[in-house]
Amino acid sequence: MALLEITNLSKHFGGLKAVDSVDLYVEKGEIVSIIGPNGAGKTTVFNLLTGVYDVTEGEIMLNNKPIHNKTPQETVIAGISRTFQNIRLFREMRVIENVLVGTHIHTGYNFLDLVFRTSKYKRIEVEKTQKAVDILEAIGLGDKIHDYAINLPYGDQRRLEIARAIATNPEIILLDEPAAGMNPNESEELLEFIKELRDKGYTIIMIEHDMNVVMKISDRIYVMDHGKRIAHGLPEEIANNKLVIEAYLGKEEDDFDA
Amino acid sequence: MVFQQIFDGLTLGMVYALIAVGYSLVFGILRLINFSHGSVYAFGAHIALVVVVSMQWGVIWGLCISIIVTGLLGVAIDKLSLEPLRKKGSKPISALITTIGVSYIIQNLLMILLGSQSKWFPKLFDYGRLHIFGRIGISYTQLGIFLVSVILLLFLTVVIQRTKIGLAMRAVEQNPKAAHLMGIDVNRVVSFTFFLGGASAAIAGTLISGYYQVVYFNMGFIAGLKAFSAAVLGGIGVLYGSVIGGLVVGLSESFAASYLGGGYRDAIAFLILIIVLILKPNGLFGKKAVEKV
Amino acid sequence: MNKTNIIKGISAKFIDKINEKPILRLTLIGLGILWMIMIPRLGASSFFIRVLTMIGLYTILALSLNLITGYTGQVSIGQAGFCAIGAYTSALLNVNFGLNYFITSLCGALMAGLFGFLLGLPTLRLSGPYLTIATLGFGEIVRMIALNFDKLTNGPLGISGIQRPLIFGFQLTALNGGFYYLVWALVILITLFLYAIVRSKMGRALMAIRDDELVATLMGIKTTRYKVAAFSISAVIAGIGGSFYAHMIRYIDPNTFNFDISILIISIVILGGMGTIRGMFVGAALLISFPEILRFASAYRFVIYGLILVIMIRFRPQGLFGGQSSAKYVLPKGVKVGAKDGIA
Repeated sequence: MALLEITNLSKHFGGLKAVDSVDLYVEKGEIVSIIGPNGAGKTTVFNLLTGVYDVTEGEIMLNNKPIHNKTPQETVIAGISRTFQNIRLFREMRVIENVLVGTHIHTGYNFLDLVFRTSKYKRIEVEKTQKAVDILEAIGLGDKIHDYAINLPYGDQRRLEIARAIATNPEIILLDEPAAGMNPNESEELLEFIKELRDKGYTIIMIEHDMNVVMKISDRIYVMDHGKRIAHGLPEEIANNKLVIEAYLGKEEDDFDA
Repeated sequence: MVFQQIFDGLTLGMVYALIAVGYSLVFGILRLINFSHGSVYAFGAHIALVVVVSMQWGVIWGLCISIIVTGLLGVAIDKLSLEPLRKKGSKPISALITTIGVSYIIQNLLMILLGSQSKWFPKLFDYGRLHIFGRIGISYTQLGIFLVSVILLLFLTVVIQRTKIGLAMRAVEQNPKAAHLMGIDVNRVVSFTFFLGGASAAIAGTLISGYYQVVYFNMGFIAGLKAFSAAVLGGIGVLYGSVIGGLVVGLSESFAASYLGGGYRDAIAFLILIIVLILKPNGLFGKKAVEKV
Repeated sequence: MNKTNIIKGISAKFIDKINEKPILRLTLIGLGILWMIMIPRLGASSFFIRVLTMIGLYTILALSLNLITGYTGQVSIGQAGFCAIGAYTSALLNVNFGLNYFITSLCGALMAGLFGFLLGLPTLRLSGPYLTIATLGFGEIVRMIALNFDKLTNGPLGISGIQRPLIFGFQLTALNGGFYYLVWALVILITLFLYAIVRSKMGRALMAIRDDELVATLMGIKTTRYKVAAFSISAVIAGIGGSFYAHMIRYIDPNTFNFDISILIISIVILGGMGTIRGMFVGAALLISFPEILRFASAYRFVIYGLILVIMIRFRPQGLFGGQSSAKYVLPKGVKVGAKDGIA
């Protein structure tokens, strides 16, 4: 049984089939990419995985337990965390505070602890803050922990989002277009970083348009178009798949010969 | 007796509808709850008061001048306090707080400039009572107010549905960016909307003053909240919803006053507001926006 | 622009130094408290003490609103309703059963908190402006019930003859500075309480809700629970303020805690800076003292509050002390920076 199994997943908005009978699986420790033209339904899949939407049909099983139709909070506790297509940081909070919010679900003191500042509270605060600092240093933001999230340059904001997602101690990290807006240097760094994440035991599902990144680090690739899964396989297979090329570039114009 | 209450309620309801329409128009076009609208209504009543009572120019002049001046006040509120916020891209809550501040400024300036005591206003359409089926009496005042309100609401509907500027308003309501790209001057449309809101508030203010025969500086607070309840009930942003909401609030108030006592007549509108917000915040005819992730 | 940056820079360095050495911080705070204690002893006029007492009261009210509005991002303009509940509960318990301030205040605060909870549950799922209007409606409904339910509240006549607080038989009065000390003791306790919340996972959860509620849920934060909690706590604190007022002025009526009061409170919060604790003190000091000092302009009071709202939102929405701080984030003792490499 794979770590994550998605069977027959569908999401309809009225008449629009945003996701249409999609099957998908991810093994522990893999880096799986979902690619496809804009509007293909990729982010909708992420939203279904994280409880933002309920499924119209189908099942999502994590470690053999259903996580579809759960609340977002429950999916995070189950071990899934994510980043966003258009960065959604806590803008008025600092870098360190953003990552600390990620530690929320496993910060185990209660209201009375924090009001009376018990030793349990102090111990856990030190522990979680240290962890947040460590994550930020590992991702290259160690000298910016005091900065406000909104002041960071674009590339750093993307990294902060990933740091925040890591802080929840997830099994699976969903990266939604992590390389968007990055130059080739930055994408290379990102690539290395994602590989490190995998080496540390995280499982990654990535939506990405940057084919360079996708081809270099994906173990497997799923291709979506118009809500359906149109291809699945190893990077080399996908690169040569006619359906995929058509989906991105359109059909060949051979119908208009006289 | 019941019919009496019904007519009272309908008259009142139409006036609330007139005020509620102002909330709906601004919400439709800006997604903003214009908290200052109540004070604009009070302002309109006071302008009419000055023209009719102090200057003795008669109700027609009072109405016309009030419409124009109050409409311009509406435009001024937008241009001076709200448009700069839109340009800055401020959070929506900033605009709401700003309109709260504006309402306080207007209301208290009215108090300072025109005094805090209640002032007398002549009765409108004071031609006595009309008797139907023998025993049921409607005053000509009520009838007059009802008719003027209906005419006005029809006029507004015609403007919005049949004129070019109305089309522009509806376009901006649906999608400001696209409207702008189609060559519509969005800021001009917004100003016009505020003018309409101010004008209808002025008429409502004059009508109510001529009905209860009293004008006071914070009349806008309670009336504004009741009209807001009406707008929310009908589905804020939907014009005919405001009318229906207004009638419901007016009728409820009329019956509440008779059966629960005068002290609770104001409370009924709040009760309706709270119930609507808890059960169906989009009101009877409103639409809900979906948040995209 | 440059001057503000220089000032910000200097004060940031100053604040950082203080934060690094807790002794410095404690000394400064200790001196401040000592100064506050000495003011009545040093022959300050009773007028001055009264103003300071009112500033203290409004600091409490501003702190209560700040929690739900500044930190959690839910704009409430019905705080006066919670004050009224606290005040009326205290007044009725005192006048009918002779209970002392400390008991009536506790009951008043809890009653206000209960209503905060009951109001919060259904309304906190409303978005922005709808929630705000609901809080307004709540404040007005409380006022109307106080006005009309005269069997309980004595209606428009109000409740008079509320007794002054007694500590071990010693009565607190304005003359002996009792109210001054009491209110500022409350301010200190409430500030410590709020500070503890803000610096914990709860504070971060509230701020996350303010900045992006959806993402907060995706971080595992049970947002409704936290919003209701913040709302209830804010109500409790407002209730404490109301109870204090009742026992100090010794007369309350339905109009004591009306919408004007809610507007004054939110003006203080916006002027001082939403989401800052120190801003509440300064905002209250400014907005409470000026009408006292400029008696002749008292009719313009509310015009000025309105102007403050409009002007602050337009030109400095973060208030006097809000917005980004140049000082560093205070890391808990024991956290090491720059030690490891690789991902934790």
